[in-house]
Amino acid sequence: MSNQSKYQADENGMYGQFGGAFIPEMLYPNIENLKKVYKEIIASEAFQAEYKSLLKDYVGRPSPLYYATRLSDKYKTNIYLKREDLNHTGAHKINNTVGQILIAKHMGKERIIAETGAGQHGVATATACALMGLKCVVYMGEVDIKRQAPNVARMKMLGAEVVAAKSGSRTLKDATNEALRDWICNPEDTFYLIGSVVGPHPYPDMVARLQAVISEEIKQQIAEKTDKDYPDYVIACVGGGSNAAGSFYHFLDDERVKLVAVEASGLGIDSGETAATIALGDKGIIHGSKTFLMQSDDGQITEPYSISAGLDYPGIGPQHAHLFETGRATFLSATDKESLDAALQLTRLEGIIPALESAHALAALNKMRFKPDDSVVITVSGRGDKDMATYMERFDF
Amino acid sequence: MNRLQQLFRDKKDICSVYFTAGYPELDDTMPVLQALENGGADLVELGMPFSDPLADGPTIQASSEQALEYGMSIKKLFEQIKDMRQTISMPVVLMGYFNPVFKYGVREFIAKCQEVGVDGLILPDLPFDEYREQYQQLFEEAGIANIFLITPQTSNERIKLIDANSKSFIYVVSSASVTGAKKEVEQKQIDYFNRVNDLGLKAPRLIGFGISNRSTFETACQHASGAIIGSAFVKLLGEYGADVGKIKKFIKSIKPED
Repeated sequence: MSNQSKYQADENGMYGQFGGAFIPEMLYPNIENLKKVYKEIIASEAFQAEYKSLLKDYVGRPSPLYYATRLSDKYKTNIYLKREDLNHTGAHKINNTVGQILIAKHMGKERIIAETGAGQHGVATATACALMGLKCVVYMGEVDIKRQAPNVARMKMLGAEVVAAKSGSRTLKDATNEALRDWICNPEDTFYLIGSVVGPHPYPDMVARLQAVISEEIKQQIAEKTDKDYPDYVIACVGGGSNAAGSFYHFLDDERVKLVAVEASGLGIDSGETAATIALGDKGIIHGSKTFLMQSDDGQITEPYSISAGLDYPGIGPQHAHLFETGRATFLSATDKESLDAALQLTRLEGIIPALESAHALAALNKMRFKPDDSVVITVSGRGDKDMATYMERFDF
Repeated sequence: MNRLQQLFRDKKDICSVYFTAGYPELDDTMPVLQALENGGADLVELGMPFSDPLADGPTIQASSEQALEYGMSIKKLFEQIKDMRQTISMPVVLMGYFNPVFKYGVREFIAKCQEVGVDGLILPDLPFDEYREQYQQLFEEAGIANIFLITPQTSNERIKLIDANSKSFIYVVSSASVTGAKKEVEQKQIDYFNRVNDLGLKAPRLIGFGISNRSTFETACQHASGAIIGSAFVKLLGEYGADVGKIKKFIKSIKPED
């Protein structure tokens, strides 16, 4: 896709007024270096051949676009599920880590660092590192390490070193700070593999390009399944926003396609226990990017809350901030309760247990009105295996 | 001539000290500042605590966290230092991350700095280009120096560009690290200091990161106008609080005679 689109990053990584690279000088050379090479590497034949082959034979792509009959009947429209949950490691995260690991290899980096919240991106990174035989260090908040023991074990089994972030609130944002500090201290041999469309330019654009395969496939699949070559709606959940960025990517300039992003509002937007960054509407700088974020009156970053660990990031990718500001995408939010109900509904109607993150996208169905002949694509970003403990507790199984 | 210009004209082996505002106790900002002035520090970098200090090591992180917990904020800081120019004659520079300044409002922030007598700002995550496009005029009209960092990875070309846009000193980060990491100055750092010195820059330099005692301070002074001590001093505050005697002794241990 051309970068001339008004919804894509300009050469400075700005999406309208959002994005950029607000980083200390210590990170400047790393970022500059990556900025210089990433587009060229991604466009190269060697990269494309290897990336496509891995996506096909290792990740298991293309992921199906499944017509959900009973769910469609219930909402009296045509609902298609983009099954990212069927990918290797159980979510869309692997599209990005496989891509970035190839970029790291092309750049001659030997050591990979990553941040993780619930552990999904950590597992996807450790997987890609095992595949490529690269050293892997994953930073994870001390609090999250305790909450997500199975994923910690997975990363360790895959050969990664899991380092506890013990500063601040000891969660995802602090793990991200620790990873950035590591990168400051190891500028030469280390590649920072960010898990979402956040961070300084070029990360938001690079990750979006690597997740763009989702919308590339949707476009082709919807043309095969319907008499139009575009869907009327694409709905995805957003924390940092990588599955949404990938689901929207090839439709950004096609205004016939309505884009819907669903944030996690936790216990409610005004409850103080929320991760609905856009709904709160405060602008600032987080992890090197100008965007919407959650902060105190004094500009201190505050801790988000959501039942879904993958959505509780106090910022949002700068492209999403721009899509909101320009009105190109509609931003909704779903509470814990609404998402749990949506997860159960999908499970009972279609036999698919979604991740809690994806359940937020599904919850949007109750907040929208569709026409009987609309085609509505919902990205099921991940599977629910990792959330069984929560489901067991909440549904008393 | 402003306080920073005067300092760099009149003194060498400048001893600059960093400490976190509102640490170890909320109201320690002025007492520590006063003790540093009386104890012989030449310049102070007053840290504005931030929830996500990604260029800082554990010592300064912990001090920021504690200060915030006790209620430190930008607003509070300006209250604490509103009358500082009645007793403090050395230059004072505020150092912190960009988001709290952005949230406060950059224009309002600069105006407040001018009002209370702050001489400069160090905002490591305010990018150079962003500064030039959006804020340079604002800073220069208010006579507030924006102080840039350079690192061993910064190219000569970029160092020259930074020099051309510096109104005061350049902060020379001694190695690829966060604050408070290294103990000794290594040969490859000396090579880097020499490389910088050979560029014929107009702006004076202070070396920071890893300067913790007399030996590292003296080595740094051989290659720049002076050096910055941060984590080592914050550690002292953590241990003894705003103890005037200890603070004076600390400065003397770094820089024996003026």
